[in-house]
Amino acid sequence: MSQNAENVLDHFNLFREPEYVEMLENKKSFENGHPVELVAEIRDWTKSWEYREANFAREALTVNPAKACQPLGAVFAAVGFEGTLPFVHGSQGCVAYYRSHFSRHFKEPSSCVSSSMTEDAAVFGGLNNMIDGLANAYAMYKPKMIAVSTTCMAEVIGDDLKGFIATAKLKGSVPEDFDVPHAHTPAFVGSHVTGYDNTMRGILTHFWEGKERVPTQKINFIGGFDGYTVGNLREVKRMFGLMDVDYTILSDNSDVWDTPADGEFRMYDGGTTLEDTKAALNAKATISMQEFSTEKTLAFAANHGHEVASFNHPVGVAATDKFLMEVARITGKPIPLELEKERGRLVDAIADSSAHIHGKKFALYGDPDLTLGLTAFLLELGAEPVHVLSTNGGKEWAAKVQALLDGSPFGKNCHAYAGKDLWHMRSLLFTEPVDFLIGNTYGKYLERDTSTPLIRIGFPVFDRHHYHRYPVWGYQGGLNVLVWILDKIFDEMDRTTNIPSKTDFSFDIIR
Amino acid sequence: MSLTVEQTKERNNALIKEVLEVYPQKTAKNRAKHLGTYEEATEEGGKSDCGVKSNVKSVPGVMTIRGCAYAGSKGVVWGPIKDMIHISHGPVGCGQYSWGARRNYYIGTTGIDSFVTMQFTSDFQEKDIVFGGDKKLEKIMDEIQVLFPLNKGITVQSECPIGLIGDDIEAVSKKKSKEFGGKTIVPVRCEGFRGVSQSLGHHIANDAIRDFVFDKLDPTREFQSTPYDVAIIGDYNIGGDAWSSRILLEEMGLRVIAQWSGDGSIAELENTPKAKLNVLHCYRSMNYISRHMEEKYGIPWVEYNFFGPSKIEASLREIASHFDDKIKEGAERVIAKYKALTEAVIAKYRPRLEGKTVMLFVGGLRPRHVIGAYEDLGMIVVGTGYEFGHNDDYERTTHYVKDGTLIYDDVTGFEFEKFVEKIQPDLVGSGIKEKYVFQKMGVPFRQMHSWDYSGPYHGYDGFGIFARDMDMAINNPVWGLTKAPWK
Repeated sequence: MSQNAENVLDHFNLFREPEYVEMLENKKSFENGHPVELVAEIRDWTKSWEYREANFAREALTVNPAKACQPLGAVFAAVGFEGTLPFVHGSQGCVAYYRSHFSRHFKEPSSCVSSSMTEDAAVFGGLNNMIDGLANAYAMYKPKMIAVSTTCMAEVIGDDLKGFIATAKLKGSVPEDFDVPHAHTPAFVGSHVTGYDNTMRGILTHFWEGKERVPTQKINFIGGFDGYTVGNLREVKRMFGLMDVDYTILSDNSDVWDTPADGEFRMYDGGTTLEDTKAALNAKATISMQEFSTEKTLAFAANHGHEVASFNHPVGVAATDKFLMEVARITGKPIPLELEKERGRLVDAIADSSAHIHGKKFALYGDPDLTLGLTAFLLELGAEPVHVLSTNGGKEWAAKVQALLDGSPFGKNCHAYAGKDLWHMRSLLFTEPVDFLIGNTYGKYLERDTSTPLIRIGFPVFDRHHYHRYPVWGYQGGLNVLVWILDKIFDEMDRTTNIPSKTDFSFDIIR
Repeated sequence: MSLTVEQTKERNNALIKEVLEVYPQKTAKNRAKHLGTYEEATEEGGKSDCGVKSNVKSVPGVMTIRGCAYAGSKGVVWGPIKDMIHISHGPVGCGQYSWGARRNYYIGTTGIDSFVTMQFTSDFQEKDIVFGGDKKLEKIMDEIQVLFPLNKGITVQSECPIGLIGDDIEAVSKKKSKEFGGKTIVPVRCEGFRGVSQSLGHHIANDAIRDFVFDKLDPTREFQSTPYDVAIIGDYNIGGDAWSSRILLEEMGLRVIAQWSGDGSIAELENTPKAKLNVLHCYRSMNYISRHMEEKYGIPWVEYNFFGPSKIEASLREIASHFDDKIKEGAERVIAKYKALTEAVIAKYRPRLEGKTVMLFVGGLRPRHVIGAYEDLGMIVVGTGYEFGHNDDYERTTHYVKDGTLIYDDVTGFEFEKFVEKIQPDLVGSGIKEKYVFQKMGVPFRQMHSWDYSGPYHGYDGFGIFARDMDMAINNPVWGLTKAPWK
């Protein structure tokens, strides 16, 4: 018996104790497992070029994808509006999943309701679920707005959201003038970034359609689906403040996913006010930090006479330059000296550290815009983004990545992999190894299998805490990303030089 | 200023009345049936359950904590079977959100001979919805055979669209099983819209084991039985729970021939009809297959509870009572062996936890099963409820709860928040969706689904961890910092 009260052993150590090791060894006699040699043989085979080819020949099976479904993005966008309760029309299990997923990433409550459709609704449609659901949510959670989206169930049976909401209002579920925007967000089209786009467009449609635009000098800013939304939006506000830009952030979820522990649970906190959302129609321009997360929204804004501009999750010096210059051009506000100094500091930091990054090979994966932003930054650092993969990236994304790679000497022999998953990435890492991997939490399985050190940048990150509170945008954000990359590089240097009398001659105190 | 039982009941009833006031009339009427205060049976009579209605549809729009049938089948019952590949069949999300989230520990080489922490999905696109996904499913199975040749079987975990578009996953599975030389391929009709919660998914998954594993067994297959063979049923090895349970059963002289389903394998499922006794931990999710094995193979089953020394001790004796003196003596030996450990754990932690109150809201067996463990530490459970319990769960709960305990079935976010706000327990035990709500309120919290990334909590070894974790939650210095000192 190894357990003791003074030094409690939990799963980390308990099961490494001899009695458990023996027990688990004995358990194998009931498992009828494959011979160890065969397991080793197949494991080695999965590392081969032959396996890679078979793996890349897949046409139907997806293994370990790096994407989620539309309604997740719908909920993400909806909670960024003042007092807004996301309402997902369809099966209830989906909502339990979205809430868990966000809570595991942000370490925050994530409030969202479902219309809890079951078998009878599958047959007769979910109208009654909408009527009752809106009435209950309105009475219980006292929202200022309820943003409706759909699960695949409601989409397959073809529920008519617009009609259902109108009927629910007639039946008195919510007042006639209560804001209930909606968006169809089928899980079998696109990914979570598509759901963000559809919902954003749905909410703007609700507030803008049929209204007359009276142009102002304000600009609208949209972040897109972003795991760093808390840190990033605060950084954007700070930069816009320094520039004296008059702006509206459409979907500001930086407060609701970063509420204080002061004795009060805030179901709603911060967010774009509904007044500002209405008035955003009058803006001069709408700019988006993530092109692929806002395609329809930007087209919608352009149709309403807005000048539109979009970026690809800008990270680093040149990308931030471009972003700020575009903001300066549109608003006519100069970039202040303070931001210029911040720029200089980031350049300084890169100059200080680039010797350790220069020429290092990276693999990275994630959402289309994030991978574009990170690819550009790696090239800027003189690193080689050898494998750039996006499960929810398409041909257009791949062409944009290729253009970045072609534009830099560090992009030679680097490739974009659109629509591929992390099992593809596993083959890439075995057959064409790199020094570091950048990705979300699920990348740890690749790190384990291929021994490629993982730098966690992306969504979701479940197994490291609080990174979402840091920006990756702006010069300050670039500094954060630089430090995260450097930390891993230095940790690896130390880890691989710490054997006394063998490798520790390089175990330097100054690096 | 602790309340008397009568005062507590009065307070609870007032509280229930208060939360019901917010609802529209129809919903208030519905929810009223799910909320109550446990009244101990007296000589003049009394209730045989907790007096609440359960296992009915959740009300739309109320923020139920429940999941779906897919979660019950893929997430709970089938997912942990390590040497089979479980396809999340339909759009990408369901498999993505449930990927690796339940901490079903296992030993194996992931991606080669074990697949638990992987996400296999058919990633349905619009054309699959329009034209059907059966052809794609066939191709997926072919690709699995090529790329994962050591898999011992495949299950098809249906997501919502499958049942709505009329796909015939049974035919595909049958065809491919034949083509692959009789490989176990199990179609599971666990579409998320079926039933009212995870619970129907458990049942459907149990039935699928019956139909596609047991009913296809080769009657001549060999298995060397012993008189002491048992199977652990309904332990998902969260944080290693089944392992810290198995060790006790083996130490008392039993031979564990199967684990259902944490760290389980298809061979273990197939061996189970040879067991002499099925020992059932999570009654809710696996009573169905236990009853079936009793009827078809004559295997008796016994429920047990491995949370906290009092219940472990009683359970070891109960399990032993089904065997001869050798095992009975073995049970006593095990109880004696761990006596010093449990006494030391209690001596260390009870003084820090004595009299602290707990409110629970969990799934499966835990709303009742963990009560004894808290009581071993001197703590008092003042409220409990089931996410997806049935009436038989609430009946069993009466053996655990004290007179005046607040009972809430399928609690809504609103109700739970209000109950905790008014009752101010020292600890709330529930899930990830609830954790941060209560921590913001300054109430200590432990996740009682995932053990908050700790565990195991089962068995004597687990009790030490349980006690440590409850102590670290309640006696965390952070709770003294929530108010700014200048306020």
